[in-house]
Amino acid sequence: MKSLILIIVTTALINNVVLNQFLGICSFLGVSKQMKASASLGVAVIFVMTIAAAVANLLYTYVLAPFGMDYMKTIIFILVIAALVQIVEMFLKKTSPAIYTALGIYLPLITTNCAVLGVALTNVQNGYSFIESVFAAFGTAVGYTIAIVLLAGIRSRFDEESMPAPLRGAPVVMIAAALMSIAFMGFSDLAF
Amino acid sequence: MNKYIERLYNGIIKENPTLILMLGMCPTLAVSTQAINGIGMGLSTTAVLVLSNLVISLLRKIIPDQVRLPAYIVIVASLVTVTELLIEAYLPDIYSALGIFIPLIVVNCIILGRAEAYANKHTPGLAVMDGIGMGVGFTIALTLAGCIREILGSGTCFGAQVLPESVEPIGIFVQPPGAFLVIALFIIIMNAIGIKTRQRELVENDCDGCCATCAMTCDHRKEEDK
Repeated sequence: MKSLILIIVTTALINNVVLNQFLGICSFLGVSKQMKASASLGVAVIFVMTIAAAVANLLYTYVLAPFGMDYMKTIIFILVIAALVQIVEMFLKKTSPAIYTALGIYLPLITTNCAVLGVALTNVQNGYSFIESVFAAFGTAVGYTIAIVLLAGIRSRFDEESMPAPLRGAPVVMIAAALMSIAFMGFSDLAF
Repeated sequence: MNKYIERLYNGIIKENPTLILMLGMCPTLAVSTQAINGIGMGLSTTAVLVLSNLVISLLRKIIPDQVRLPAYIVIVASLVTVTELLIEAYLPDIYSALGIFIPLIVVNCIILGRAEAYANKHTPGLAVMDGIGMGVGFTIALTLAGCIREILGSGTCFGAQVLPESVEPIGIFVQPPGAFLVIALFIIIMNAIGIKTRQRELVENDCDGCCATCAMTCDHRKEEDK
């Protein structure tokens, strides 16, 4: 149990997926304009990433590894993730239209989110078991949500009018991300 | 011949994928800790980009329009796997330095972006030149970022000592925050000298900076809103 908690803390805070690993930067910079959208995207990422890691782990352990097709993992994983997002989208549309309207527009974005593929591949690289993979993916996604919601909170306080013109838009967001990244470096001293 | 040279110019300067189009930010931020990693990542991506542009351009009349994105992803993923195995076999140092970012070339927006925006509409020759131009543009930007971070962060460039020993390097530049700072600096300079980046265009159209595929989603969203 302790090792699972350790995995969550490590993936969510110490090796934060956006601020330390640089995965999912596109949506991190793009969607963080509004707090509500960021939180919705965060929830969608938690949902998809956890399922994707579980499916990828099962596929790897029971199909790819026994048949010696280890080298096929990139192709298989990206297809599985794309298919999975489609299925989740259709499933939500049928069963809970309310969640679908809240998440719907962000689901296609996730297919190209490199963090989802990155986590599936990292789990294989670390030789995680099924349970460990699911926890690592959940922790990573929570880390992503924390980072994007925090950035959205910071951006909502920006007063672009008072900034020098060249800094407006992307640069100031990057600088905010850099400062957040410095803050998150503090977590690397968390000891267990 | 002019058209082919124009493609190279377009990729390297006019529509530089990193500095102007703001595509493929993930690898740019992650692997630019050293100039040599920048070159390694840039050239691997170039190899995949040139081949994927070639294959997609050759198959452009065969792939049905409705399933083109999955087809492109399979093509790109196969090429990435080949590249990954070759790098692992012949350049183990680069392989361990770049780590997870080699398989992640699959989701690099530059590759799908060029397939969608150029390769599936033009002849193989032009598509290959487009791939070379974009790839070299990406490599130059990555190497530049890597060089700046290496000089500031560890006082070296390509492993050779540049700053005198007495100058204390600013360690933060080789760590994650430095990546954000250096790229932010790039964009500030571009903005200050008045080069219009695509990032700005997207921000102005209220479609806040994002990669090619996100932009597609964004267009889709706008249509749905209507």
